[in-house]
Amino acid sequence: MTAVVTSGKRRSTAVWATFALPGVAWLVAFFLVSVYAVMAVAFGSVDPLLRTTVPQWNPLQWDYAAMRNVLDRVFGGDLGHVFVRTGAFVGSALLGCIVVGYPVAYFVARKAHRHRGLLLVALVLPFWISYLMRMLAWANLLQPDGYVNRILSWLPFFDTHRTWLDGDWYTVVIGLVYGYVPFFILPLYATLERIDGRLIEAGRDLGASSFSTFVHVTLPLSIPGLMAASVITILPMCGDYYTNTYLSRGSPRTEMVGNQIDYFLRNSSQPQTGASLVLLLMAFLFVLMVYYLVITVRQQRAAER
Amino acid sequence: MNPFRRRRHGSAPVLAMLTWVYILWSLLPVLIAVRISFNSGKSKSSFQSTSFRWYWGDLNSSVWHSDELHTAMLNTLKIAALCMLIATPIGVAMAIGLQRWRGKLSNAANGLMLVPIVTPEIVFGVALFLVFTQMYTGLPSGITRQVLGHVTFTLSFVVVIIRSRLAAIGTQYEEAARDLGASRLQAIRLVLLPLLSPAIFASVMVVFATSIDDFVISSFLSTGAATDTVPIKIYGGAKGSSTPALNALATVMLLFTMAAVALAALAVRAMNRRGGEPVGAAGGLAGLSG
Repeated sequence: MTAVVTSGKRRSTAVWATFALPGVAWLVAFFLVSVYAVMAVAFGSVDPLLRTTVPQWNPLQWDYAAMRNVLDRVFGGDLGHVFVRTGAFVGSALLGCIVVGYPVAYFVARKAHRHRGLLLVALVLPFWISYLMRMLAWANLLQPDGYVNRILSWLPFFDTHRTWLDGDWYTVVIGLVYGYVPFFILPLYATLERIDGRLIEAGRDLGASSFSTFVHVTLPLSIPGLMAASVITILPMCGDYYTNTYLSRGSPRTEMVGNQIDYFLRNSSQPQTGASLVLLLMAFLFVLMVYYLVITVRQQRAAER
Repeated sequence: MNPFRRRRHGSAPVLAMLTWVYILWSLLPVLIAVRISFNSGKSKSSFQSTSFRWYWGDLNSSVWHSDELHTAMLNTLKIAALCMLIATPIGVAMAIGLQRWRGKLSNAANGLMLVPIVTPEIVFGVALFLVFTQMYTGLPSGITRQVLGHVTFTLSFVVVIIRSRLAAIGTQYEEAARDLGASRLQAIRLVLLPLLSPAIFASVMVVFATSIDDFVISSFLSTGAATDTVPIKIYGGAKGSSTPALNALATVMLLFTMAAVALAALAVRAMNRRGGEPVGAAGGLAGLSG
């Protein structure tokens, strides 16, 4: 009898594994192998005559010279400032996302009663609008004779002939906030919305002001959502190279790591350097990636219980 | 004045205003860009008299007449359609499999499925670019590779959406079908898939929107004007002397997305009206026992 049950179990395991198989095979062939190809190129060599990339597929024969060279250039060399600038842009944009996104998520999740459905639709809408169309829209507004300058000309003390698209850091940071804040708001909204209202009422009943209740009850309870929202915006922002290029007409003053990667891979004969930079970027983001994976797996488990 | 009433409806005028300002800020620029696409002149920064010049009126550079622009549009739609057709069935099967398959290998497979979600797109783009140029060199370049890339990128979204729905449905309907004599596959086909259909529609839409929105992967795998997509064209307009035709192109794509979203919403609503979950499942079960 037990033998029958075990064999039934084994067979059902095989059935479900078969269901997952095409997807797993696809991800192995096109994701895992692709990431491995980055390593093979980064730790491979360059043909001395043809200057073409020669990937090294055997990890025992990997050559770390190119990576060492990139590390030297990043830590104390000419590529260091690009990483610092990327960090500064992403950090400022994240701060902007928190300042803009938290009040909005908080209001829609906990305070809005009348127009909640409409507000939610408005929060989701940017997801369905192409990212580059939103950047195009922003670039239209920031033209020298665009509406931003026209509105500023109503105010005193503003140079109305300001050019915004010539490589200024604040244009890029505002653009990043504009681009990524919808992705920041939704996970935060989900967490804030799930907070048990009785906890907040308890805080108020015990005599705390609504501000104090927010600081001591709501805010701490929303930290996991804040973390998840931050990670899910930091990761793509660190690899972004189109927002800054688009909003500064490719000015070198706003170059980010992504620009260097794009350049080394496609416009130069040094894909090895580009591949090494990709690995370095992944190493920098490793902790965040693992953090997000862990909380996602935890959520999956909780949903199945 | 009743203090409880005041507290429950504790209106927050400042927060409300901030929220509405944010929404205006997030959507108004796009509306302005749409309006600019109807400009009769070349201005990209202010409204001019209304015309369809950049849609079809202009014989050289309108979306309809410019080879480059409508090729980009067709490429984008073609890639998105193929990506939907491939990623959805593989993703649905993978979600069902991962949900029930237990064991160490299954945990590893689940982890592998989640990693693409946290991988920055540039890593994705570079990795696919290198694997296609260094290893899978036999695969035709251009659209084929772009579709393969987009499927890899969107597959995990399908799995995550379907899995959360599977967790909500539970296993009892399927067990009931099995008890009534359905085979495992029959139970999936007649009971589980109908229950999943709203989630399948949702994931189809997410795949479609993600694919037509994608810039990095399409761009790394593009081989030139013939395989450029709409985001690549918009991006390219930043440096050169572009016209409102790009706004028109973006507007057309926006219409496609909005139509798709509306269609999916209507489909989901129609399905819910035809019978909520239990009724729908019961219908499936009745079919089995009969």
